[in-house]
Amino acid sequence: MTVRRVMGIETEYGITRADDPAADPIHLSGLVVRAYAASAGPTRALPTGAGWDYADETPLRDARGYEMARALADLSQLTDEDDPAVANSVLSNGARLYVDHAHPEYSSPEVTSPRAAVLWDRAGEEVMVSAARALQGQEVPVRLYKNNVDGKGASYGTHDNYLVPRSVPFADLVRGLLPFLVARQVICGAGRVGVGPASQLPGYQIGARADYMETEVGLETTLKRPLVNTRDEPHASAAVHRRLHLIGGDATSADVGGLLKVGTTSLVLRLVETGRAPELALQDPVGALRVISRDTTLRTTVPLEGGGSMSGLDILEAYLQACRDALAEEVPGWTADPDTAEVLERWGGLLDTMREDPMRACGQVDWVAKLALLRGYRDRDGLAWDDPRLRLVDIQYSDVDPTRGLAARMRAAGRIESLVSTDEVHHAVASPPEDTRAWFRGECVRRYAAHVRAASWDSVVFAESGRGLRRVALPEPEQGTRAQVGDLLDRHSDAASLLGELASTGA
Amino acid sequence: MAGQEQQRKDHQRDDEQPEPGAAPAAGQAQDAQRDADLDALLDEIDGVLEPNAQEFVHTFVQKGGQ
Repeated sequence: MTVRRVMGIETEYGITRADDPAADPIHLSGLVVRAYAASAGPTRALPTGAGWDYADETPLRDARGYEMARALADLSQLTDEDDPAVANSVLSNGARLYVDHAHPEYSSPEVTSPRAAVLWDRAGEEVMVSAARALQGQEVPVRLYKNNVDGKGASYGTHDNYLVPRSVPFADLVRGLLPFLVARQVICGAGRVGVGPASQLPGYQIGARADYMETEVGLETTLKRPLVNTRDEPHASAAVHRRLHLIGGDATSADVGGLLKVGTTSLVLRLVETGRAPELALQDPVGALRVISRDTTLRTTVPLEGGGSMSGLDILEAYLQACRDALAEEVPGWTADPDTAEVLERWGGLLDTMREDPMRACGQVDWVAKLALLRGYRDRDGLAWDDPRLRLVDIQYSDVDPTRGLAARMRAAGRIESLVSTDEVHHAVASPPEDTRAWFRGECVRRYAAHVRAASWDSVVFAESGRGLRRVALPEPEQGTRAQVGDLLDRHSDAASLLGELASTGA
Repeated sequence: MAGQEQQRKDHQRDDEQPEPGAAPAAGQAQDAQRDADLDALLDEIDGVLEPNAQEFVHTFVQKGGQ
């Protein structure tokens, strides 16, 4: 089960109101969440009056072993203070849909494979499409973008999360991951028109977030953004698990890029966990991130500690080879299960293709697909890199609307390869993954909506008439699966009887 | 207009010819097909792009997030 682990993707969507670009984005984001919850109905989405259970959230705890004093925190770091003006819902697929800062955010349910991560991430796009349709019906023409930048200095995140054993020293994770995270954009970057945080220089680059990462390691997510985030908020048994929270990635529209983003990262984590990460260290990781991002030929190299230099492709090749070696040597923890084989085959194939000609990956990776479009426009119409039409293509590429969105259109036409079918995506909008606690969470929404008062990643809170609140804790992400609790839920058509059995068995 | 654009593109492709008379490799044939596909795609996209690029890009302002 090499590549498999508990993982999930959080996406903050860009948002505008077509008839009023100056509309307050916080209010508009709240409308998106409320419109989805109202149109989907209570068995698909908890009413936004229901709460998020913040009991276990600790956004200021640092993996390096200390907690930031609350008074010192930037206000935007305080995500755990309940604000009734901000909408929140928990969906029957186990996801959370809410307003984060000034963006609607879809946080996917916990999944255990890269393919499932892609599927429930695509379900999030569909949730946004549905919300926009519901608002269009109320004459609120909202546009939602699965991107990370406005090109004027603002950036908002797509975070990928991985469950890692607490026993792995954090310093090992940082050392093993940094060179990989610098190079990862080559196989999964979203691409961006403009260079510099506010697009001060004309041009194109591979990583949409590359100009917004400022340090190697740190706690913050909205300023001084780090390549490896130290937020120690496992949403699970803290003695056993760590949730690695990576904030530097791009939102992907191309499935293969999305699969490789989480698939290769999970494999690299396995390398670190089994002491097999390549002995690589970059002289200046943050600088290298930008250098690699700005060279679409993929030939530029970045200097290593102790001499020598490597290109982004070279770095990725070194990690890939370490994975192949671990498999060939049958290192404990390494088996060529189908999910692992798929990621390794795609990874190797893509590196080979990109070494020949990066543009041949235009059906697999967003930055290449987008660059092909932009080059087409530049050639056909003689446009300079700072021409507004190119910046429009960049933004509209990620519009989630299936008619307007360029990536969505290219996917529908088969120009961008799909790994999941439309039917699978629709199923994943309504249904949770079966092999994590997301199954219990999502099924509680679907079956017992009227009595679910709040939920969180590791709890579901029920309201029993006359008996107050009852919190069911889910500290183990791989418990609460369909195999484990399917019969239990099937035995109880109402929440009171379910809670009765849980109380009698001491759960 | 269209004629001028076509000339510019032809001119550019001339620049990119590696060797006069060289046999095109399979990859180049694929690339030529890709160019033809791309032209069709651009024509299709022209019809769905937001009408006023300047205005759209100017007003696309987001608040920072995480």
